[in-house]
Amino acid sequence: MKLLIKGGRVIDPANGIDGIRDVLIVDGLIVKVEENINEEADEQIEAEGKIVAPGFIDMHVHLREPGFEHKETIASGTRAAAAGGFTAVVCMPNTNPVADNKAVVSFIKQKAEQEGKVKVYPVGNVTKGAQGEELTEIGELKAAGVVALSDDGKPVHNGEIMRRALEYAQMFQLPIISHCEDLNLVASGYMHEGYISTVLGLRGIPAAAEEVMVARDIILAELTGSPVHIAHISTAGSVRLVREAKARGIKITAEATPHHFTLTDEAVIGYNTATKVNPPLRSSRHREAILEALADGTIEVIATDHAPHAREEKEVEYAYAPNGMVGLETAVPLMVTQLIHTGILDWSEAIAKLTINPAKILNLPLGTLSAGSPADVTIIDPEKEAVVDPARFQSMGKNTPFAGWELKGWPVYTIVNGRVVMADGKILE
Amino acid sequence: MWKRKDLLGLKELSADEINLILDTAVPMKDIIKREIKKVPTLRGRSMVTLFYEPSTRTRTSFEIAAKYLSADTSSLTVATSSVVKGETLIDTGKTIEVMGADVIVIRHEAAGAPHLLAQRIKSRVINAGDGMHEHPTQGLLDMFTIREKKGKLADLKIAILGDILHSRVARSNIWGLTKFGAKVRVVGPSTLLPKEVQRMGVEVFQSAEEALKDVDVINVLRVQRERQKKGLLPSLREYSNLYGLDRKRLALAKPDALVMHPGPMNRGVEIMPDVYDSLHSVVDEQVTNGVAVRMAILYLLMGGKNVNEVVN
Ligand SMILES: [Zn+2]
Repeated sequence: MKLLIKGGRVIDPANGIDGIRDVLIVDGLIVKVEENINEEADEQIEAEGKIVAPGFIDMHVHLREPGFEHKETIASGTRAAAAGGFTAVVCMPNTNPVADNKAVVSFIKQKAEQEGKVKVYPVGNVTKGAQGEELTEIGELKAAGVVALSDDGKPVHNGEIMRRALEYAQMFQLPIISHCEDLNLVASGYMHEGYISTVLGLRGIPAAAEEVMVARDIILAELTGSPVHIAHISTAGSVRLVREAKARGIKITAEATPHHFTLTDEAVIGYNTATKVNPPLRSSRHREAILEALADGTIEVIATDHAPHAREEKEVEYAYAPNGMVGLETAVPLMVTQLIHTGILDWSEAIAKLTINPAKILNLPLGTLSAGSPADVTIIDPEKEAVVDPARFQSMGKNTPFAGWELKGWPVYTIVNGRVVMADGKILE
Repeated sequence: MWKRKDLLGLKELSADEINLILDTAVPMKDIIKREIKKVPTLRGRSMVTLFYEPSTRTRTSFEIAAKYLSADTSSLTVATSSVVKGETLIDTGKTIEVMGADVIVIRHEAAGAPHLLAQRIKSRVINAGDGMHEHPTQGLLDMFTIREKKGKLADLKIAILGDILHSRVARSNIWGLTKFGAKVRVVGPSTLLPKEVQRMGVEVFQSAEEALKDVDVINVLRVQRERQKKGLLPSLREYSNLYGLDRKRLALAKPDALVMHPGPMNRGVEIMPDVYDSLHSVVDEQVTNGVAVRMAILYLLMGGKNVNEVVN
């Protein structure tokens, strides 16, 4: 089976490529990326005017299965990923039961193989039951196929446990993805603490609630020499801490979500529960710091924190609504519209944050168009304009504050192992 | 003319809209003073109070206001248990709507609950207090009382004293009063002052003595015992020492200063009994004016046009 992608602007940051090239795929592998490949192929994609990139990896999604299949399933979540231009997703372990054991991890992998549209890499828990008290059997989780450890949704509050987790995980080359939040400082807040929370009368979560945990994790990363990846970084202070830590050579990486680089707490005005996320949407000062950190490389990953919820769960008082918004199907156009068309990032920098950077952090053999690599490819039409319509999402979750937004720069092909799984927004069966 | 479907907060109201309510409340107050306190204006209309938080005062005030205008009233107090059972606010609101309620008066512990309800049902919604957000009818009755006693709102110095952070009354007061050019000061311990509150157009003080100097009005807020548990206050005793309104602090204000309180009061904590009993206190009038203002709001929301048709 031969697939030839003709005449696109190939951007492969891993290999320093940015130019008009053809891409030849044979039997699920990249064979070559060159100018003017003239070979008979079974299938040809005309990519003139399009961006051809290594398949995008979303290293932070919630697929909800097992346990919350009314919110999302592995099938629907991976369809959403394919629709959004992602060829691989990394799923967080806060399912029910949680992925703190081999059985759940194996179940997810098996389901993904049977029903998944894209590749699925599970994250295992740091602690048993995500209770923050006892380490999971990390060796067994690694053998079952986890690519990282996290109690995402919650912090590992106990500093001693976090320290030991970092030391122990090192033996298995598993990074820990830290959800940084001091729950005492959160003190049952519902949104960013600032002027808008004052006006809306919603209890605020100070930026410090995130920052003290980022500081702690940096100190523990230094102590243990183990890598820590800061999930969904959202404040100016966190960014500053990470920047300083990197300068000192500490193994710290960080991701930012499209909603944190696009929105501020002003989006909460009107009490639309689609804006309720954790960490909360911050004020413009913090958003600007995120943009700056994306630009200077302090934040090397863009990840969605895709968090689907059923409609009725979000149709409640703001205080009672669960945290999270869906992100897989809007991430790429938000990135193109907010970061590339505005000149904050160039294409190569942006694509690296969705490909080679997450692949390196997680030790995945993905994120590149090198010959011999799995043929995962994302093709974007940078000029395509469309309005976000949640009714047409593949995800079961429709909880997005971007409904009705007109965005420019949408994925048009998603190719996994040389097979086209999405073309022109349609999922191919 | 009143054009809004709902009354959700004072932030979004214009000075003209607020004036219309306050002006309409004047003849309503006359009705309250009559021997036969009943006019047929809202006959055949119905108001339902939907309270998720107990407040006999506010609910009764709305019920009396509706009855004086001949509207039918019923009340629904929702225990948290039914919230736990899974009936949502929207479900409950829709049920009340199909029973034929013209107006739903809602009190809820969650900020924004009245907005959610107002978006989803056709009945008119009045916010009777939502979490720490707003309590517009209280704000309006406070403004009515000040205007009645002082003849104006512009340029008055008004101090709001106490737990500003958790107070929906404070927020409604600030939005309403500043629209009319009153100079509003907020004062309380720093743990009970919300972030960036000065951006709402007020001056912020931590010292009661400084804040009360030369003010025309002191609006004393209720302070709650549970603040101590949450680490916001060391003790009610210390609070009272630093912020309790006693004779000495009252003397810093203008000689004819008004003392207000939204009730219910902790006598001896945020306000001393002799201050409450003094001539400065307009707390009882606030209660009466609360009925008048709520009559005006019900009247305007249910399509009242010419206020003379009520009084004649
Ligand atoms: Zn998280």
